[in-house]
Amino acid sequence: MSGVLHQVLSGLATGSIYASLALALVMIYKTTHHVNFAQGEMATFSTFIAWSLIEAGFSYWVAFLLAVAVSFVIGLAIQALLMRRLANAHVLSAVGVFIGLLLIFNSISGWIFGYTVKAFPSPFESGNEKPVLGGYLSAHELGASLVTLAVLLAVYAFFRFTTLGLAMRAVAFNPQSSRLVGIRVDRMLALGWGLAAALGAIAGIMIAPIVFLDPNMMAGILLYAFAGALLGGIDNAAGAVAGGFAVGVIEALGGAYVVGTELKLTIALLSIVAVLIFKPNGVFGRHVVSRV
Amino acid sequence: MTNSAKHRLTRREVLGGAGAMTAAAVISQRAAADDMPGVTATEIKIGQTMPYSGNASAYGAIGRTELALFKMINDQGGINGRKLNLISVDDGYLPPRTVEQTRRLVEQEGVAFMFNTLGTPTNTAIHKYLNMKKVPQLFVATGADKWGDYKHYPWTMGWQPSYRIEAQIYAKYILQNLPGAKVGILYQNDDFGKDYVNGMKDIFGDRFDKLVVKAVSYESTDPTIDSQIVTLQSSGANVFVNITIPKFGAQAIRKVYDLGWRPTHFITNVSASVGAVIKPAGVEKAVGIISGVYLKDNTDPAWANDPGMNEWRAFMSKYMPGADLNDVNHVFGYGCGLTLVQVLKQCGNDLSRANIMRQAANLHDLDVKILLPGIKVNTSPTNYHPIRQLQLAKWNGKTWERFGEILSATAT
Repeated sequence: MSGVLHQVLSGLATGSIYASLALALVMIYKTTHHVNFAQGEMATFSTFIAWSLIEAGFSYWVAFLLAVAVSFVIGLAIQALLMRRLANAHVLSAVGVFIGLLLIFNSISGWIFGYTVKAFPSPFESGNEKPVLGGYLSAHELGASLVTLAVLLAVYAFFRFTTLGLAMRAVAFNPQSSRLVGIRVDRMLALGWGLAAALGAIAGIMIAPIVFLDPNMMAGILLYAFAGALLGGIDNAAGAVAGGFAVGVIEALGGAYVVGTELKLTIALLSIVAVLIFKPNGVFGRHVVSRV
Repeated sequence: MTNSAKHRLTRREVLGGAGAMTAAAVISQRAAADDMPGVTATEIKIGQTMPYSGNASAYGAIGRTELALFKMINDQGGINGRKLNLISVDDGYLPPRTVEQTRRLVEQEGVAFMFNTLGTPTNTAIHKYLNMKKVPQLFVATGADKWGDYKHYPWTMGWQPSYRIEAQIYAKYILQNLPGAKVGILYQNDDFGKDYVNGMKDIFGDRFDKLVVKAVSYESTDPTIDSQIVTLQSSGANVFVNITIPKFGAQAIRKVYDLGWRPTHFITNVSASVGAVIKPAGVEKAVGIISGVYLKDNTDPAWANDPGMNEWRAFMSKYMPGADLNDVNHVFGYGCGLTLVQVLKQCGNDLSRANIMRQAANLHDLDVKILLPGIKVNTSPTNYHPIRQLQLAKWNGKTWERFGEILSATAT
């Protein structure tokens, strides 16, 4: 029985990784109705920025804030320079651009920072303290989960209680009507990109101490984060976080007791297919009817 | 070539007449030009595919080192007056692109041979093609055991100790020194991981199922291997054989330590790098881990004043300024390059493909100075595993402390 508990704990630890990136995916989807395949690579690049600032002697939190701010600007810039030109293009053009961005960010990270695996410091542990919960969850994994929950609250409050959040949701939902009621559509979209990039940076900085930093850090994680986001509902922040944790636990238990490690990924993906067939808006998603 | 020429010749003979004479003349002319493809009086053209982009791009450092090394050799006058022209192209670690690029290198660029192409799946994709074309596939940069199969693939040769040889050495050590061993294995679910498992099977034989209490796999796309480590710990294993690539090697070391699990821990040479694995995992968390080593690691203080490594450092600072000296790939590429230089020197002026292969299989106790003392490169027409020795070493918190003798094993 303790074996099951241990697998659940290690599943939650891994799930916290998926949840944090899933949040960034939700952010971009909520504000632009796009799913950004480059989100993971952008987050990795942001993490490298934080890493080089720390290496250059900045304190952890200064590096953290600077990296998040720089990422926000990069997000704005991508929208202003690239996506704005594609505003009226077919959705497949956007997909093409996202895949291009994925490759560009991946190669730039490797070119500038190299491919050797790097350790990334954690604000929650000094490296010498006793492991928490018998080592099944590290202090950093606990801390990172709390950060994810805090970010979730912030995102929820932002969309629910601020006019800016409302305006951004409106733009994603119906750009033309939004423009007619006086919302600056381009500005809102740019802001959405900036915020998603900033959330990605936070996710990257929280994930790097767990999986180690290298240019391909997010390649596998993005897939699971998608699974988590879709499972919970891609326009629902809380759902995506819950979905991320759920995928982690399903994967750990399934791998250990049901199908074996070789089919771990398969059960995660099967769960997506099942959700999409039986509950296309995700377990926590709402069915949205749009009237044009 | 000669066979088909003969064959065509007899068919022409049946037809008789002047036509046969012309055809024979054309064929013999072509045969002369084909004698040393890719070689002129001033140049040897060499082909290579490398993952300069994509998942395995960390290994691109190997190709860059070799380009720099050959530049140094050329600056010193080349080999027998010929400059080395290495055409190293990106395949992104994608086998279809390896095939496409290799065909281009062989058929359009007309390289003399392929050298140190990187990766198991990528080399597998061109294995048959190059052997069919009789183009040497020399010193491939992968430890799979199959590159030593001189009977079926006489034009292909590996370089580093094969994964299988390495696993056999660990298995022997376990049998001899760890009575009551209950072995847990974590392996990457591909040729790389399975070669190690097969090496353990070679030695454990019928007792494999009894000795190995649990073997679990992971995919290289998995974000973490925490769940697998938890499974192994709860299996009651007291020996942990950690068959992982660097990133997961580091994760496993940290997780095993955090869980308070204290098995006798073996880690593959692939993940024994101090800079890429031990330091990220935490030097104190890795204390006691055993691995098999054959290269000198620049981050190991034992080699701070080593003449061989001093040469390497001098080369690095002049020809690869700014490169990461902790990256063992630079040492690896340098060693492969030096081995090739020796082969080409031995060839003299006969740089036909057949002679290049003959000389590659004719290395005796070659001392490549970035190999550990006592480890020599040896090949013969019936031994296509140039390096088949390793020494066990234990991480003591500061360095890999080598112990015991240089060990060797025979691959099957």
